[in-house]
Amino acid sequence: MDSAWLQYVFAGLTTGSIYALVAIGYNIIYNVTEIINFAQGEFVMLGGLLAVFFMEGCRLPLPLAFAAAVLAVGAIGLAMERFVIRQARNASVLSLIIITIAFSILLKGSAMFGWGKDPYRLEPFTAGGPLLFGGAALQPQALWVLGLTAVVVVLLSLFFRRSIYGKAMLACADNPNAARMVGVPVRTMVLLSFLLSAAIGAAAGVAITPISLMEYDRGALLGLKGFGAAVLGGLGQFSGALVAGLLLGLAEAFCAGYLSSGYKDAIALVLLLLALFFKPEGLFGSSEAAKLKRF
Amino acid sequence: MKATARWSQGMAVVMLAVALMWPCASVNQARAAAEEYLIGAVFSVTGGASFLGEPEKKTAEMIVEQVNKSGGINGHPVKLVLYDTETDATKCNLAVKKLAKHDNVPIIVGPSTSGESLAVVKVAEEEKVPLISCAASYKIVSPVEERHWVYKVAGSDSHVVGKEFDYMKAKGIKKLAVMTVSDGFGASGREELLRLAPEYGIQIVADETYGPKDTDLTAQLTKIREQKPEAIINWSVGPTQVLAVKAWRDLGMRNIPLYQSHGFGSRKNIELAGGGAEGVLLALARVNIGPLLPDNQPQKAVIMDYTKRYADLYKEPISSFGGHAWDAVTLAIEALKAVGPDRAKIRDYLENKTGFVGQHGVFKFSAKDHNGLGKDDLEMVVVKNGDWALAPWK
Repeated sequence: MDSAWLQYVFAGLTTGSIYALVAIGYNIIYNVTEIINFAQGEFVMLGGLLAVFFMEGCRLPLPLAFAAAVLAVGAIGLAMERFVIRQARNASVLSLIIITIAFSILLKGSAMFGWGKDPYRLEPFTAGGPLLFGGAALQPQALWVLGLTAVVVVLLSLFFRRSIYGKAMLACADNPNAARMVGVPVRTMVLLSFLLSAAIGAAAGVAITPISLMEYDRGALLGLKGFGAAVLGGLGQFSGALVAGLLLGLAEAFCAGYLSSGYKDAIALVLLLLALFFKPEGLFGSSEAAKLKRF
Repeated sequence: MKATARWSQGMAVVMLAVALMWPCASVNQARAAAEEYLIGAVFSVTGGASFLGEPEKKTAEMIVEQVNKSGGINGHPVKLVLYDTETDATKCNLAVKKLAKHDNVPIIVGPSTSGESLAVVKVAEEEKVPLISCAASYKIVSPVEERHWVYKVAGSDSHVVGKEFDYMKAKGIKKLAVMTVSDGFGASGREELLRLAPEYGIQIVADETYGPKDTDLTAQLTKIREQKPEAIINWSVGPTQVLAVKAWRDLGMRNIPLYQSHGFGSRKNIELAGGGAEGVLLALARVNIGPLLPDNQPQKAVIMDYTKRYADLYKEPISSFGGHAWDAVTLAIEALKAVGPDRAKIRDYLENKTGFVGQHGVFKFSAKDHNGLGKDDLEMVVVKNGDWALAPWK
């Protein structure tokens, strides 16, 4: 059958767009604070589980449950910045990164107490069987994930390039003191970045739960793959994260299909290592900018 | 600085208090041990295999409470000394050592997983304490000459594989695609599948693997479809076995029957597949399908009793894993009742135990077989109308 390669493309794009959404979350916080927030994967997990809670526990319709989950996780992101990161504002970036790891363990543990260890499912956003393209099947939910990723990338790029708030947020990363001097409220911008990235992680979580199910300990691996995509695409680059995420997903799917499914994860990591060896600033990062970064 | 000083003072007081109370605690324990029968237990209550450990813990606690309510074992109250291994072989090893040396228990039930069980086999042998593992791998009890003190109540993968291959043979299936998860459970299943297939005249045409946290198995199933197998068997636990069912349905592969391992034996998996699991076949221990069994089946009574008590107490259905704990703890209690808390006598009692009607079969232990189960202790079932049904052999 000739449709196999197309099926691998579909599988790769679906997984890849999930990685891309996670990578984007890393980038927002990195852009503003240079912190790599390792709790990003947990935001995704919480988004999915909270959506299940709002739909089944509170009987909300899907769009409301989606919004509620995104808002709730956004609030957790805010709380993380306000009560955890800000308390340690004099610490080095590396210490702050380690704090995010601690926070991710906290979130994972709380989710385990709240939801138990079983996986949960959500109905797909739109009912109906898979769409068939010449023998290859595509789940409608995969289109939702892809669409969500595209919308998020476009909006964020516009926000950071064109709007005054976006530019102010970037300025905070480049030089917080200078930004403060020209009147940018640095603290607010940092808070905003955590809110945004938690909300985007949550949206990703809600969107992928119908495909992959969601349980309390899925965040770590999603976070790791998303981090890979973020580094591969160049930290801070949104279009880079998108391309790198899709690339990782496709590489995994084709490796599973044509080489051996056992080496699938290895391929993703080898790609990442190669990128770090030969182009450490990522596929889309500029090497001059990379030299200025502390991390 | 001041705050730090106060902190360390506080810590010192706490540590002193703990140090003072420690001997009292051990003395209490020692005094209690004189009149109580202890049963040691190590289960993966948290961590990766918590879906095994949690129902096992609940079942063990339920049985012990039940025995104590009805007057204990020959008048002796029973105490369960349970440690959570956190699904960590190192912690499990320490817990078993602690049970054997510090708590001085006459018998240990658990661990929950094969990896942890293999990590403590040596401890049980060295400490000369009988251990009834709740995990599946045949390596736990073989070679049996080196497993003097170790027993297990979970059927081996080879029993499940044998039963499913029997069924495939009856259905005339000769070309099989295998997909397994890349963890201990999947690797052990894969080994048995590949080893036993030739004996049943089955050819393996595809051999795919995937990670335990993968989000999509479409690629693996697409590759399998290319090989045109007559049946597919998936061997995993956790969410991936549901993802396999979803991908199988989405790719329109219903014309190729999908077999699963016994790990699929929880109704939650049928629910999670959202109607997609119709037609999935698997070999299950009878504990999972109590109500489907004919009344003259010898296990029916104990299974229905366990099902009812567990549902009354915990408001949730029983699981196959809890059934392992039922078998192990009940065996331990029968042994204590027959020979008292003497490690060597308990071991000999277990080795000669036959006709023990448990949740997972009618056990026939012997010097050569420390598992006591076979493929005939399983039933083939199929998912029909969102529930299990006995699969027709024709």
